[in-house]
Amino acid sequence: MTVLLEMRDITKEFPGVKALDRVNLSVAQGEIHAICGENGAGKSTLMKVLSGVYPVGSYDGEIHYDGALAEFKTLSDSESRGIVIIHQELALVPQLSIAENIFLGNERAKSGVMQWQETFSRTVDLLAKVGLRDAPGTLVDKIGVGKQQLVEIAKALSKHVKLLILDEPTAALQENDSRKLLDLMLELKAQGVTCIIISHKLGEVRYVADTVTVIRDGMTVSRLDAKGLSEDAIVRDMVGRDMSARYPERPRVAGEMVMEVEGWNVWHPDHAERQVIKNISMNVRAGEVVGIAGVMGSGRTELAMSVFGKSWGRNISGTLKVHGTPVDVSKVDRAIDAGLAYVTEDRKSLGLILDETIRFNTTLAHLEGVSSKGVLREAEETEVAERYRTALATRTPSVMQKVGNLSGGNQQKVVLAKWLFTEPEVLILDEPTRGIDVGAKYEIYSIINDLSAQGKAVVMISSEMPELLGMCDRIYVMNEGAFVGELDAREATQERIMSLIVTE
Amino acid sequence: MSSQSTTEQGAQSPLMAYLKAHMREYGLLFALIAIMVFFQIVTGGTLMRPVNITNLFLQNSYIIIMALGMLIVIVAGHIDLSVGSVMGFVGAFAAVMIVDWGLPVPLAVVISLLLGTVVGAAQGYWVAYWKIPSFIVTLAGMLVFRGLSLWLLQGQSIGPFPPTFQLLSTGFVPDILPRSATEGLAALFGARNFNVLAMGVGIVASAAIVWMGLRARARNAAYGIELEPSNFFWARNAIVIGGLLFLTFKLSTFRGLPNVAVTMGVLIIIYSFLTQNTVIGRRIYALGGNEKAAKLSGIKTERLTFLAFVNMGFLAALAGLIFAARLNTATPKAGFSLELDVIAAVFIGGASMSGGSGKIVGAVVGAFIMGVMNNGMSIMGIGIDYQQVIKGLVLLAAVIFDVYNKQKQG
Repeated sequence: MTVLLEMRDITKEFPGVKALDRVNLSVAQGEIHAICGENGAGKSTLMKVLSGVYPVGSYDGEIHYDGALAEFKTLSDSESRGIVIIHQELALVPQLSIAENIFLGNERAKSGVMQWQETFSRTVDLLAKVGLRDAPGTLVDKIGVGKQQLVEIAKALSKHVKLLILDEPTAALQENDSRKLLDLMLELKAQGVTCIIISHKLGEVRYVADTVTVIRDGMTVSRLDAKGLSEDAIVRDMVGRDMSARYPERPRVAGEMVMEVEGWNVWHPDHAERQVIKNISMNVRAGEVVGIAGVMGSGRTELAMSVFGKSWGRNISGTLKVHGTPVDVSKVDRAIDAGLAYVTEDRKSLGLILDETIRFNTTLAHLEGVSSKGVLREAEETEVAERYRTALATRTPSVMQKVGNLSGGNQQKVVLAKWLFTEPEVLILDEPTRGIDVGAKYEIYSIINDLSAQGKAVVMISSEMPELLGMCDRIYVMNEGAFVGELDAREATQERIMSLIVTE
Repeated sequence: MSSQSTTEQGAQSPLMAYLKAHMREYGLLFALIAIMVFFQIVTGGTLMRPVNITNLFLQNSYIIIMALGMLIVIVAGHIDLSVGSVMGFVGAFAAVMIVDWGLPVPLAVVISLLLGTVVGAAQGYWVAYWKIPSFIVTLAGMLVFRGLSLWLLQGQSIGPFPPTFQLLSTGFVPDILPRSATEGLAALFGARNFNVLAMGVGIVASAAIVWMGLRARARNAAYGIELEPSNFFWARNAIVIGGLLFLTFKLSTFRGLPNVAVTMGVLIIIYSFLTQNTVIGRRIYALGGNEKAAKLSGIKTERLTFLAFVNMGFLAALAGLIFAARLNTATPKAGFSLELDVIAAVFIGGASMSGGSGKIVGAVVGAFIMGVMNNGMSIMGIGIDYQQVIKGLVLLAAVIFDVYNKQKQG
């Protein structure tokens, strides 16, 4: 096979930091090449070097592409040679139509006048290639994230892409949308498009990739043939140590009943006729970790948020008992008083005040604990923040650091600290390890285990089934707003969960 | 790769690094001093004359009082364009009550303050509970209350007020010592009289500032929080205290402490404490920083927003009374376009348009910067046309400086 891309000894330094240290990457024509590495390993920097975001001269080393030395000065230089990157955060304009987005910056126009006929007909062709049948005039914010991802790919195809780079393409997608996307990648490969995929999800890497390059701390660690490669082998190279146990051990204890939900019903806030949560009942005991499995859109987050102070939905009915007594959870502060805590799915926009300090965020949900008669006691507040920093091993120079400057794993620890300080009986964790690297995930799991050892009841919502299987005692399976099964984690497998979802 | 850019400053001295990181706070103080020195020179010393300093307080008190409320509204992530009109409306209503209806002054003052609070509540209700953008609601309020004050006054001015009402603004706190006892001091300073109370307040306040600063330092040191380098601490305190003592000395050689300066000083202390040291203050910053996260942390965001506007209405009413008392008449033009001065003061003082940041001290210094410029340029006889241009450019420069600093810190 001929080599399409060869990056040799790429070194990129930022003031004081060597982000890339003689990295080598070799991608063959027509293959799918996966790049794996922890957050901060240098994957994104490498792709920015490749695409000309960091222009030639700002790094050391050589890039050979398509048989010639490539010296890209800007992003459009690399695009004109057929290199297209699709970023984690989609770059679509939600208020414009699919067709307008696909040809944004590349409009089909004659002397500045849009040629709508051509724009629309070409859009239909491109959409067909990625398996979409939506009308080209549909506004992008009316279609789901999965389809938006496909529109991005269609946009790339419109630019006659030769090398398509996907940065964490399935991070925001649910299981079957991810599958569709991966299948599309295989199809594109059959049509001769070369792909680079950056992903945390090793199952996906094994599914699509031909070759895997592992990067750690800005250096190439290994280049592996994906055939017959085990996930553990990739993880070992990524973290630099053997991670035989990805989930820490925890003794199974189920104490007294802590939280019981009965007959919970919720309707959609904007579409009054749509019932989103249908007659759900569940319970959690002290020391238990109970999982909720289900695809995105099955209503897991909506369930959690409606329980937590009716923060989502309308016409909410049903009873919620804590330690056997019905409690009022109609407002967030009442839910907190009743002993509930909810760690949100999206920590940046729903969990933290990024411009404020660790101390500010830690005490926010329980300011009564560090004040008297409405006046804050600063010294005590600092003490509390320090205590949780030590207990959760948050890596930061001081608790006066802005949380916006912390890594994802450390931010999540601050969110956990905030809720632990409310001394909850029940902790609801919504995607607690999303976007966190492998090492930090293990730490979060250990914290969860410590909490259950202290007798807290934990509810864990996750899209990653291995995580649920590894962490939970029991798993509720959710589909289209209802529970379709309850499994003991010892008997549960990924296949059984999926089959419960599919057969309903 | 986002968390690796902070080591850049390693090569610089820690003092420079600290100065750079806190450029905004020091910059504001230096800007005020520079502006005062500049106008002192170009006005040939008129700016710092006791009578003019007293005037500065009288002229700017209502702007500063409204800036306290505006800071809270802006920190909460909103804006209030109606304050100038509300202030004019309340002043007009007070004039009608006192002059036309002959109500006793204390009763009229209480009713006026209540009226402002109700106006604030009426606007806050739509913003907080109906999520109507505050820009729209208060723009409407600005027109409505301007119109209502025109209607109340029938386009005419109403006045004069009884002397008891005028005391709100133009009165002075009587000295603790009789005139005869201070003659010696007055002679010593070559002034006609010397107000011991004003000087005493200056000295006590200075001591309190240093004492509280030292206490905060000790506390931070105990928790390993980054400290302001000690020479910076002392230099900053020397400047602040020097300024304060200088001002109170000047005041004491004129007529002493204006009533309105006392009102203003007490309000500044109350609101600084409220925003920095109380649970409700903390929650307002959280609300402005990230409303959704605040709500999911159990904070009653709607109620807080509502209260921010109620408070603004109250302070606008107080400002309206002080303004009317100072002019000794209620005019249909009272408070016209003053909301812009108030908002400008808050932004010059370092508050962020997107909410969640800004301090009371900053807003007060910002208001003084605007006030000194107004006063200095008027003394110099610069036309209102140029004054507007210069004030606009100063506002723009302050915000650009802010954004530039933020970008450099990354």
